Amino acid sequence: MNLIKTLLAGAAVATGLAGAAFAEEKLKVGFIYIGPPGDMGWTYEHDQGRKAIVEALGDKVETTYVENVPESADSERVMTQMALSGHKLIFATSFNYMDHVMNVAKKFPDVKFEHATGFKRADNVSTYSARFYEGRAVIGHIAGHMTKTNTIGYIASYPIPEVIRGINSAYLAAKAVNPEVKFKVVWAYTWFDPGKEADAANALIEQGADVIMQHTDSTAPMSEMKKHEGIIGFGQASDMGQFAPNPRVSSIIDNWAPYYVERTQAMLDGTWESTDTWHGIKEGMVEIGEMTEAIPAEVRASAQELADKLASGEVHAFTGPINKQDGSAWLAEGETADDGTLAGMSFYVEGIEAEIPN
Amino acid sequence: MLRLEARPEPSRAMVLLTPIIAVVATMIAGGILFAILGNNPFTAIRIIFWDPLFNDMVASYTRPQLLVKATPLILMAIGLSFGFRANVWNIGAEGQFIMGAVVGGGTALALYPLESALVFPLIIIMGGLGGFLWAMIPAILKIRFNANEILVSLMLVYVAAQFLAAMVTGPMKSPVGMGFPVSRNFNEYQSAFNAELLSNTGLHFGVLVMMGVVIVGYIFLTRHIFGFQIRVSGQSARASKFAGVNPHTTVALCLGISGALAGLAGLFEVTGPAGKLSTNFPLGYGFTAIIVAFLGRLHPVGILLAGLLMALTYIGGELAQFQMSIPAAAIQVFQGMLLFFLLGVDILVNFRLRWASTKEAR
Repeated sequence: MNLIKTLLAGAAVATGLAGAAFAEEKLKVGFIYIGPPGDMGWTYEHDQGRKAIVEALGDKVETTYVENVPESADSERVMTQMALSGHKLIFATSFNYMDHVMNVAKKFPDVKFEHATGFKRADNVSTYSARFYEGRAVIGHIAGHMTKTNTIGYIASYPIPEVIRGINSAYLAAKAVNPEVKFKVVWAYTWFDPGKEADAANALIEQGADVIMQHTDSTAPMSEMKKHEGIIGFGQASDMGQFAPNPRVSSIIDNWAPYYVERTQAMLDGTWESTDTWHGIKEGMVEIGEMTEAIPAEVRASAQELADKLASGEVHAFTGPINKQDGSAWLAEGETADDGTLAGMSFYVEGIEAEIPN
Repeated sequence: MLRLEARPEPSRAMVLLTPIIAVVATMIAGGILFAILGNNPFTAIRIIFWDPLFNDMVASYTRPQLLVKATPLILMAIGLSFGFRANVWNIGAEGQFIMGAVVGGGTALALYPLESALVFPLIIIMGGLGGFLWAMIPAILKIRFNANEILVSLMLVYVAAQFLAAMVTGPMKSPVGMGFPVSRNFNEYQSAFNAELLSNTGLHFGVLVMMGVVIVGYIFLTRHIFGFQIRVSGQSARASKFAGVNPHTTVALCLGISGALAGLAGLFEVTGPAGKLSTNFPLGYGFTAIIVAFLGRLHPVGILLAGLLMALTYIGGELAQFQMSIPAAAIQVFQGMLLFFLLGVDILVNFRLRWASTKEAR
């Protein structure tokens, strides 16, 4: 019955609806996602940010999204269609949309674009990212304490600075509490592919890793870890709390909501400007998910202390002395890394026994 | 017991009407699906089928984009249709599409930064050649060892995808790509860039080639001895031998033509709309082209229309996603219904359902 009602009601309004939808004076905000919001990782958190806009600004805004947009000409077409249909603010939430964002932005100077994790800007293109490496340091600290085999597995996506920085940060923090620790890195060459991610997790477990970190977006590695006794991991991008208390013992959460609300508010106020944002634990863009009972109390305390110090600026995740993998000096005693070097990081630090694929 | 009985002479009108019936049935079933998901089905269908063509705000952009999106599908589907008529089943157009892009695009990357008017024609030839040679592998194995071309061509898709991955993580990786497994962007290389011919239309050289192929394909199929030969090979291998058709030649020609066209499609796509080689380059166009070939009744003009219809469901599907929050998966189901209904109606055109007792059926 409900179905028939919907059909009848639909027929009645279908004809007259076309004009009405565009007539309202709401700010239209569009999102393009690399994966589905149901990935429970990267895209999920961006979608939470979108929902936060709706919650905070209510009927002043209308938000829309398209999921599973490939980083190809398709993304350019979707953004163009959004711009043409009245969207004034468009969030593109994956790195390789970059050139396509720039192309569309050139054609629509009145539309503002927000590109996550990119480095190309224009008068109407802002970039934003989070200092995920601060979160990596905290879970690296936990991992260093927790591993019994002294082998930490790392499911990496692409060998770009963002990912390499995370591996380095986690390694340094783990090594600081456990000098015996070794990292094994598997490159999945994808951000979201549950099958490949699960394979990578299994390969790492077979190689003796008992703590696994991931820089890919799905929960598939968690499902694999769950099948094995004594393997732990960390939620990536999202809390992945459904796998707590074990294998998920903590997580790095990307909290985009405050930034998204702030930028949308700026559009409403007419104060939007092109900016480059890189926020960390301090601003709340990076959060550490609840540490479960699986972690000993003293480790939980020391990890929390590290997180607090990273937030206050007392500690920097990259503090010298640090050498590069080839043994050459990078940071002197007490020196901290500058943002420029971090943003373009393409080398491992000393001690990591792997090679960056080339 | 229900059983299928072949109709002695399928109605010609019905054969032509099948795609239209399938589209209408898809609209109805899809509409029900959208309604169950809580969307207004009439608005959804209007957004998918009507807005990309006639909506004031977006249509001036989306109309030419339909051609851009449909071009690789149509190019490949026409090549495949020759083989499908002759019972030569090239399922691996996706692989030939990738190899065309890798060989043609790779040639361009090797020549960079040489600017010359000869670069573009050369990479077009290399692109076609890449697809052609990749399709020759199943052709030779079929001719020489009678290996099943369905399996061989399909398996070679995965080999091609791995080859592409090896290339973009190795020799073809962009020196300015921040470590991403992505080639240099072709729009930085004027001589190789498959640019828009008219600004803001998206129309590129490949669209013109596609239109030429539709016309040539039509002439071949209806006016040329080759068209006759492949049709007779498909209907009866024995009869075709009496007609002087060499089955080996048919296999080689069908796979070769479809491979070359798939290679061209890949080359035009990578140097134009996609803009770069990357592991994300293959999006399954080679498989979608199989749907397009059948939806278009294996006829060049039908394929042209079917390709445009398919592109319409993609572009309209995107509009429906962000205007009505219809999930991408529902749009894919909708596209899948199209083939399902086409094949379903096809069976009913060629066969009729009969009630029969079990005994009689034996």
